[in-house]
Amino acid sequence: MTKKTTPGHRWQAVLLAIFIGLLCRTAAAATFRWANDGDPNSMDPYARQETFLLSFDMNMYEPLVRRDDKLALEPGLATGWKAIDPTTWRFTLRQGVRFHDGTPFTSDDVVFSWGRAVGPGSNIGGALSTVKEVRKIDDYTVDFITNGPNPILPDYLTTLAMMSKTWCTQHNATHAADLTKEEENYAARNENGTGPFILRRREPDVETVLAKNPDWWDAGEHPVGIDEAVFTRIQNAVTRVSALLSSELDMIYTVPPQDIERIAATPGMKIWRTAELRTLFLGMDQERPELLESNIKGKNPFKDRRVRQAVYQAIDEEAIAKKVMRGYAHPTGLLIGPKVNGYDPALDTRYPYDPAAARNLLAEAGYPEGFELGMDCPNNRYVNDEAICEAVVAMLARVGIKVDLRAQTRAKFFAKINGPRYETSFYLLGWTPATYDGLDVLDALAATRRAGSRDGFYNFGSYSNPQVDKLIRDIQGESDAGKRRELIGDALRLVRDDVAYIPLHQQVVVWASRDAVDLAQGGDNYFQLRYVRLK
Amino acid sequence: MIAFLLHRLCQGVLVLLAIALIAFALFNYVGDPVSGIAGQDAGLADRARLRQELGLDDGVAIRFGRFVAGLARGDFGVSYQEARPVGQIIREKLPATLELSAVAALIAAAAGVPLGIYTALHRRGRLARALLALSLMGVSLPTFLIGILLILVFSVWLRWLPSFGRGGVVAIGWWTTGLLTVAGWRAILLPALTLALFQTALIMRLVRAEMIEVLRADFIRFGRARGLTARALNFGHALKNILVPVITIGGLQLGSTIAFAIITETVFQWPGMGLMFIQAVTFADIPIMAAYLVLVGLFFVTINLTTDLLYLAIDPRLRVERARIGFG
Repeated sequence: MTKKTTPGHRWQAVLLAIFIGLLCRTAAAATFRWANDGDPNSMDPYARQETFLLSFDMNMYEPLVRRDDKLALEPGLATGWKAIDPTTWRFTLRQGVRFHDGTPFTSDDVVFSWGRAVGPGSNIGGALSTVKEVRKIDDYTVDFITNGPNPILPDYLTTLAMMSKTWCTQHNATHAADLTKEEENYAARNENGTGPFILRRREPDVETVLAKNPDWWDAGEHPVGIDEAVFTRIQNAVTRVSALLSSELDMIYTVPPQDIERIAATPGMKIWRTAELRTLFLGMDQERPELLESNIKGKNPFKDRRVRQAVYQAIDEEAIAKKVMRGYAHPTGLLIGPKVNGYDPALDTRYPYDPAAARNLLAEAGYPEGFELGMDCPNNRYVNDEAICEAVVAMLARVGIKVDLRAQTRAKFFAKINGPRYETSFYLLGWTPATYDGLDVLDALAATRRAGSRDGFYNFGSYSNPQVDKLIRDIQGESDAGKRRELIGDALRLVRDDVAYIPLHQQVVVWASRDAVDLAQGGDNYFQLRYVRLK
Repeated sequence: MIAFLLHRLCQGVLVLLAIALIAFALFNYVGDPVSGIAGQDAGLADRARLRQELGLDDGVAIRFGRFVAGLARGDFGVSYQEARPVGQIIREKLPATLELSAVAALIAAAAGVPLGIYTALHRRGRLARALLALSLMGVSLPTFLIGILLILVFSVWLRWLPSFGRGGVVAIGWWTTGLLTVAGWRAILLPALTLALFQTALIMRLVRAEMIEVLRADFIRFGRARGLTARALNFGHALKNILVPVITIGGLQLGSTIAFAIITETVFQWPGMGLMFIQAVTFADIPIMAAYLVLVGLFFVTINLTTDLLYLAIDPRLRVERARIGFG
């Protein structure tokens, strides 16, 4: 007779199975698990100029010049660089570096990578528009020829990943993904970089697993602290935070402001914070003869500097930083933050919050009763973007300016306010200088808009000051770092005095992790796995 | 029978075309995918070129025509966000959604029918009344709240079950299943419960109402008068009679389970089609959105057709009726 399994036995078996399941989860050593609200979407580092995609792919790929944990430049795949004449930068390449497939890295790969980055399908070419040509001198020397002097070219190259010419040719990936073609680009799902991590497995939008590269050239000086890194996309903020609190994950970003205190108060959890490079500001249309959706006909109030200052002084940024941002923002009077080259604390002062002065200025300008206008605001782009706009609207109402707020998704927002339509009178925008340098901000936001060029290509309000334009040209040609910083300061001062924009604040980058995790947090929101340590 | 099938198939195709057309008309309002693709450093010329390459400047009619022509070839286009064929993406996401919906439907049927019978048989009982009150909650609580509560209790406090993802999946051809591993079952439990709660409550209330109705019918009374046991009456005769409406509603609900999965999938980061759709909306990824809407339309059309056929097969009275009015 066979032995009968009693219900009790069966329960024990189930419990045992669950127990083993739990054991298996904690057994794997030095595995780091983290989540973000986005997915890198592509393993091709030229697929999109987007912080998350680039920062993810740059764990596998490397640039010639890279940034350390303090955001300072340091040698990457180039061991040294110098300007040999005003328009030529010479880079000496590191020898003995191999791609993950074993092929050696040489100057041919640099020339190829540049061509691929500015070629069809690539979306990172914009940052390289000043480079005219990349020339091979010998196997380990290349020259970057620029259109005009570019003293900060090495900064531009920190986002240009080096790809293998042989590998791309072999796999028919010499161009970045073409959206009009009905097939997946090989480089979108596979990688062949030189970096500290190798792609082990990828399930787009679900899970991506990276493994330590045992043969990384820099392992001697900068040993990598983890063997394996598992990335999961978790879009819903509540779920993301829950997964951290339940220890299913080691680290998450981004962290919603309302959950920061809760995580910080949980034993075993830790909050990481630092000021971000991005500055949020309000822009005003200073070109149209008449504002859109305004009751003032025949003239544009924003053309009057006094009106712009009145709007500025009617906004209580301290209150926004404290209430809307819950303290996770640094109020600013400049379009650049402390970590950007050219920042001068002496210039970083705001026009004081003073509704009475604002009303006086409005009366002086001929609008004692205020006026009406429309405002555009994204609702899924920046931290609490819509709430910031709502606060601004309420504050402006107190001085008689009636604002009709249009909060919309980023896809709609940028389609509306971007060129060629520039269909906005008043808008909230954030800008991160891709080069960590003040010139980028001046170029994009303050230069007089010129069709077909990059001058003022994010200057949606069409601010224009010939003196600023001249200073920008001077900065572009100046190779002395100290003098250059001074010129950037001069230009930023002019922009501030003109009240071309109303700077609001720099967001605070907030990450959360378990106590056992150590990492490096720059203000650029790049998360470099090579700095992660597990205690 | 054939004529009836053909008639319904034509209707189905028309419905799908209408869905696609409405979707395309709406896509003019979701915004511009180019700003997401090109990034902040792209110049105006780059943007214009990209827009032209993707055909975004063409009118709704032209784009719709292109989409339908592609569909006819079985080609859904290329996702803007992921730069790979939409067909491939959907094939990856479909199994997750179908498994979740199937498990949820099973839970709903397995729990809903017995609970419905119980509450119908013990109408005055305390437990039955409590169950009814609970079911009211199941119908009225929003899905995302239930999901978040379950995560809080079972993942954060008790740490029994994972709060996101599918756990371990096994690939069988292009189909991936989580139902063959312990980790997969642990992962599907919370989202399936969340999704099933509303359906369970619905089926339970439906079964209860039908059951009470049938128990009052003459043939049950005669049966009782003839001395049949309560068990034979309740389960042998009454239950058989209420199955037709329950199957119909249950089948139709399967369609909405797949559609409702959007919220559940978002809360649990369940890598299915609903989550894919939500992510596509934020990016204005039009090819994905169009394909998803048409596909969900297709599910509904298929399910409706199947239910009609089932109905016909189960209930002889309907066959006679249909024959007389000529499949109107």
